[in-house]
Amino acid sequence: MYAVRLWSVRHARGLNALYQAFESTLVALHPLWRAIGYRRLERPVAFIERNVKGLLFDCKMCGQCILSSTGMSCPMNCPKNLRNGPCGGVRANGNCEVKPEMKCVWREAVAGSERINGGDAAIREVQAAVDRRLAGHSSWLRVVRERTGDESP
Amino acid sequence: MMFEDEPVPGYPLPILPGHSSPGRFERVLRAGHFAVTSELAPPDSADPQEVFQRARVFDGYVDAINATDGSGANCHMSSLAVCALLTRVGYAPVMQISCRDKNRIAIQGDILGAAAMGVCNILCLTGDGVQAGDHPQALPVFDLDSMSLLETARTLRDEHRFLSGRKISFAPRVLLGAAENPFALPVEYRALRLAKKVAAGAQFIQTQYCYDVPMLRAFMQQVEELGLLEKIFVLVGVGPFKSAKAAEWIRAHVPGVHIPESVIQRLKGASDQAREGRRLCIDLVQEIRAVRGVHGVHLMAYRQEESVAEIIDRSGVLGGRVPWYPGRDVQANNDRKQS
Repeated sequence: MYAVRLWSVRHARGLNALYQAFESTLVALHPLWRAIGYRRLERPVAFIERNVKGLLFDCKMCGQCILSSTGMSCPMNCPKNLRNGPCGGVRANGNCEVKPEMKCVWREAVAGSERINGGDAAIREVQAAVDRRLAGHSSWLRVVRERTGDESP
Repeated sequence: MMFEDEPVPGYPLPILPGHSSPGRFERVLRAGHFAVTSELAPPDSADPQEVFQRARVFDGYVDAINATDGSGANCHMSSLAVCALLTRVGYAPVMQISCRDKNRIAIQGDILGAAAMGVCNILCLTGDGVQAGDHPQALPVFDLDSMSLLETARTLRDEHRFLSGRKISFAPRVLLGAAENPFALPVEYRALRLAKKVAAGAQFIQTQYCYDVPMLRAFMQQVEELGLLEKIFVLVGVGPFKSAKAAEWIRAHVPGVHIPESVIQRLKGASDQAREGRRLCIDLVQEIRAVRGVHGVHLMAYRQEESVAEIIDRSGVLGGRVPWYPGRDVQANNDRKQS
């Protein structure tokens, strides 16, 4: 929801801290996830992730979440899917060129990243091209498996 | 200026040490000349002569010609085809690539094809949204963004491989460019975004229209503070207005173009507004030239391309230099044969 999405950017600092704690917990519970099986977890976790992040960020389930690098403003809400900064068409009132009624996702991202610890460094990182195969999949589980080096099915 | 090893039109110059491309445009930039580029609007036509006619108006005044890629999301002849035609007769085109219409498979293929046709300069753009053009019902692709497009092109050139990792046998030797708009919100982030583009592979930028030189100076100051001056050639976008009304229309309808009220008032106060528009443009070019870190201007004169010659000539920025054009050296060649 648009209003909630803007609220999330205003509270980027708290939400980012919350997520970092959540991610650490998920990583700590890796043996449990492994015992259940990541493949079996994929659908229910993706369902929860879609609903929680959908509510807070209008998440598009790209599967490669970079919210911590974009001030909690989801870049996939940009009509051009820009993951590396605003385009040159931002309106004089700060709204989107394509959707004039919407605030530029990247203006929000810049504001949000200033609130996050280390956010200004994170927003400067060049984000590689999106892997479209990951769309619809859980980003949380992917992060846990990346951090633990897990390659089980 | 004439290069000693001036080639047959359509054949690349030898590649110099430290250069990325065998192109004339890179040579002009690296030699420290104040460069001039302009923009060719591809025709709504399959006739190559229309492309050559549109290029001819710039003869002797520009170092490179940008071929736009469906600008404003309107359908025209493709930038790749325009560039391939231009290189046949020796011009130095800048091929614009927009992420709006093609995915990474098509784009990488186009980069190889363009380089094979003698294109030495590529401008990596995000592109306008489809809602802006004549086919609003089209699918907006945006598989890559301008940043990942730069990285893709650099990977092809420097690592001799596709994004997939598959090897290519001969890399495209191209100078990589990007766009930046120092005049759009969030203004404080614009120089940082340029830094990202440099990190992703940009070697030159062409900016959005500049009508606010103090704002440009502030941007360039930030660019300098970020240590980018030595890493990027900056060409600032300029363009003449036909009238105050045209300027007001652009201000109201083209997102991202910032036009201060003083510009509109200056045009309104003139008896011949079109002439004043060109004068304003000449003044801008001269002011911009004095800004530290600026290496040239990119003159976008849509539907008044014939004014480019006058503006560049009267601004004096070429300093007597005559950029190459087909036939420029015919007299020189004849002299050489006789001696």
